[in-house]
Amino acid sequence: MERRSFLKATVAGAGILPFLRHLPAHAQSRADTLVVVIGDGINSLDLHRQGTNRPSYQITVNVYDRLVRFGVKTLPDGTLSYDSDTIEPEIAESWSWSEDGKSLTFKISDKARFWDGTPVTAEDVKWSFDRAVSLGGFPTVQMKAGSMAAPDQFVVVDEKTFRVDVPEFSKLTLPNLAVPVPFIINSKVAKANATEADPWATEYLHTTPAGSGPFKVARWDPGQQFVYERNDDYALGPKPTLRRVIVREVPSAATRRALTERGDADFYMNVAAKDAKEMLEGGRVAVSGAPVDNCLHVLGLNAKFAPFDNIKVRQAIAWALPYDDIFAVAAYGRGKPMHGAASAKPTEAVWPQAFPYNTNLDKARALLAEAGLADGFETTLSYNLGLADWQEPTALLIQESLGKLGIKVTLDKIPGANWRTAALVEKRLPMHLEDFGGWLNYPDYYFFWAYKEGHLFNSSNYRNDEMEALVDATLHMPVDHPEFVPNTLRMIEIAFEDVPRIPLYQPNLDTAHAKSVDGYVSWFHRQLATGRLTKA
Amino acid sequence: MSSKTLQVARRLAQSLPSVFGVVLISFVLTRALPGDPAVYFAGMMADAESIEQTRRALGLDRSWATQFFLYVERLFHGDFGMSLNTGRPVIDELLTRLPASLELTFLGLGVAIAIAVPLGVLAATRPGSWVDHLCRILVTAGVSLPTFFTGLFLIYVFYYLLGWAPSPLGRLDIYFLSPEHVTGFYLIDSLIAGDAELFWASLRQLILPAITLGIFALAPIARMTRAAMLNALSSDYVRTARAGGLRRATVLGTYALRNASLPVLTTLGMVFSFLLGANVLVEKVFSWPGIGSFAIEALVASDYAAVQGFVLTMALLFVIVNLLIDVILTLVDPRVGLES
Repeated sequence: MERRSFLKATVAGAGILPFLRHLPAHAQSRADTLVVVIGDGINSLDLHRQGTNRPSYQITVNVYDRLVRFGVKTLPDGTLSYDSDTIEPEIAESWSWSEDGKSLTFKISDKARFWDGTPVTAEDVKWSFDRAVSLGGFPTVQMKAGSMAAPDQFVVVDEKTFRVDVPEFSKLTLPNLAVPVPFIINSKVAKANATEADPWATEYLHTTPAGSGPFKVARWDPGQQFVYERNDDYALGPKPTLRRVIVREVPSAATRRALTERGDADFYMNVAAKDAKEMLEGGRVAVSGAPVDNCLHVLGLNAKFAPFDNIKVRQAIAWALPYDDIFAVAAYGRGKPMHGAASAKPTEAVWPQAFPYNTNLDKARALLAEAGLADGFETTLSYNLGLADWQEPTALLIQESLGKLGIKVTLDKIPGANWRTAALVEKRLPMHLEDFGGWLNYPDYYFFWAYKEGHLFNSSNYRNDEMEALVDATLHMPVDHPEFVPNTLRMIEIAFEDVPRIPLYQPNLDTAHAKSVDGYVSWFHRQLATGRLTKA
Repeated sequence: MSSKTLQVARRLAQSLPSVFGVVLISFVLTRALPGDPAVYFAGMMADAESIEQTRRALGLDRSWATQFFLYVERLFHGDFGMSLNTGRPVIDELLTRLPASLELTFLGLGVAIAIAVPLGVLAATRPGSWVDHLCRILVTAGVSLPTFFTGLFLIYVFYYLLGWAPSPLGRLDIYFLSPEHVTGFYLIDSLIAGDAELFWASLRQLILPAITLGIFALAPIARMTRAAMLNALSSDYVRTARAGGLRRATVLGTYALRNASLPVLTTLGMVFSFLLGANVLVEKVFSWPGIGSFAIEALVASDYAAVQGFVLTMALLFVIVNLLIDVILTLVDPRVGLES
């Protein structure tokens, strides 16, 4: 009885939609409610918090706004995708670089209001950015990628004007303000709930977002579900048509698929390649997906371990991989092949692009003989059990193919939790599968993380002096700089030649959904942005 | 009566060293596992500096001894620590998830008992007959089918194909609200709230996973019942009872079954503890927010506090269940003492 009266009170009082017990009877409600199933649950509503997992980023995406956002474009096949080349206003209505390229000034829109109705001010922006660079961990590292590292770089000019000072101009600063990390928090609410021991209100914002975005979090039952509810006053973009989005955690992929095909779930985020292919062929639901920008599934060869310090051996392996089989069996054709380019000299400064290798065992044998290893050698291929859906079949195919060259490969499965330590931090895996993707869609950004010595995703311990110099010179350079294209072409050429990382294919991010659902946009952060979704 | 209370208290006191041992071992084991929580929780792009920062923030830069004393001190205050993986206090997680698992396990065990005990009795009274063979087939199938397979199979038939079962979405279907928290058992809480509809909705969600668990638990119970009954039926006292011309039902029920129930009850205690830990696969398949899936995820993420909390809870449960079974045994058979 109490629960009922509580519900009634909530409906009458706050105007929040009740969780109707019989939605089918209220066809109207069911039509503007979307049921989403995901595999991995969220563990915080605050991305800046220590230990927040990747799935939790979706909260930030939907609940908070940023100064700027990326545009959306339609790909040739009709799928919608974010557009890394266009940056649109969000909380900032305009922005400009200073003459010397060292400061970026934003004008904050009058339409930008938090859920409590108070206007977004430069003070809020500064507090949020200060928080991102002060709390440490991932947010701080990501802010650094845009040359933002210290609170004194963020300046409140007046109530509606905010300035970011950087040591030198960087093309990464502005796009880095459109990634999930620099989201803008209602600092008045947060400060009111901060304590001396917790000045950044991490405990409060962990469970209670205070933002301005198109959706609010109406309910979070950890380990089970969370529910978004539309912010009816949203004015910074198209108003969402969905009133509510229920995101349910369903750990078993088979159950997620059954729910989607039966129509009990409207949307299945992040479908494994095999299921995506089969569901597309089954025809009961629609499958939307696009290749993830700046992301590759690669075979890494660790230069610290003989014989992979020998470029001939690396090239031999690049000639020996069964690319077509891997694309068919591990990627199920969902993605983009990355082999078989005609020339070893790239002509376009785009990344990723096909490498000039194919499956050619004769060439591989010749190169191995040149390296003095005509009889092969023994090595270990490690892969991440957490990503076994593509890494296991890939590893088996590679093992079989290299066996034909006399290379005896032992497979080494590493549990997901240990993977980062082994592969990325200690970099102690001679041969391994890896899947890095850069959030900012620039070739030099990928090379910065994956080809520079000591950098996190350079799991191959690769070092090339020319590459180091090129990345340093290019990373902050605007794309219309006359040296950008030649530098990028040279970097790609070096990557072709040295192959510390052999690309296998560019993966897709796939989703399956009811045919009545439309407006899904594929994002670099690989989370579900609910703002544009519609349900007929 | 008071002597029995004293005995129970003594048994509880006896279990204290083993509980302390569990605390110590779980502490050491979690830390001996490969995998570095600081690296894991520092996040995607973390560099060496932010990993160190995370390590300090988690208190993992201190010595094991210091960490252990801090941990034990907090335990005395009822503080199990924070689960990094779910971002909530471990005690909250256990309090919401344990009832979910217990509810499922009790029901699963109930299903198993309801089928296995009569089946075992029938098989024992007619050894070699078709009932005995049926019992053998069911039991073999029960043990040899992995629970996730049985679960997925049941979902496929009763949800996907026939549409009889509700969607396998955990404890309640999407459009229901959970009942007010009293015991954490939805079946009980919904009755307390006087909401029959909610009770029915919770029950419907429970049916398939409970059957899945039940099938798995059939084997040991049915086998033990059959063996114990065979033993009892060939005993002197049953022969005497029969010779005395007692009714068949009395012979079977009062004399044979009551004596056979001792090993069966002991088995039940074991099966229960075992099921509670082993139903993690069933929880995964049915999206059940239980304690098993919590523990597995915590283990994968090297989430120390959560793993320790789980192990400790299971140890306490094990102690309690064993004690309960022993107490029940003394009630069933006065010859059994608590001291043994």
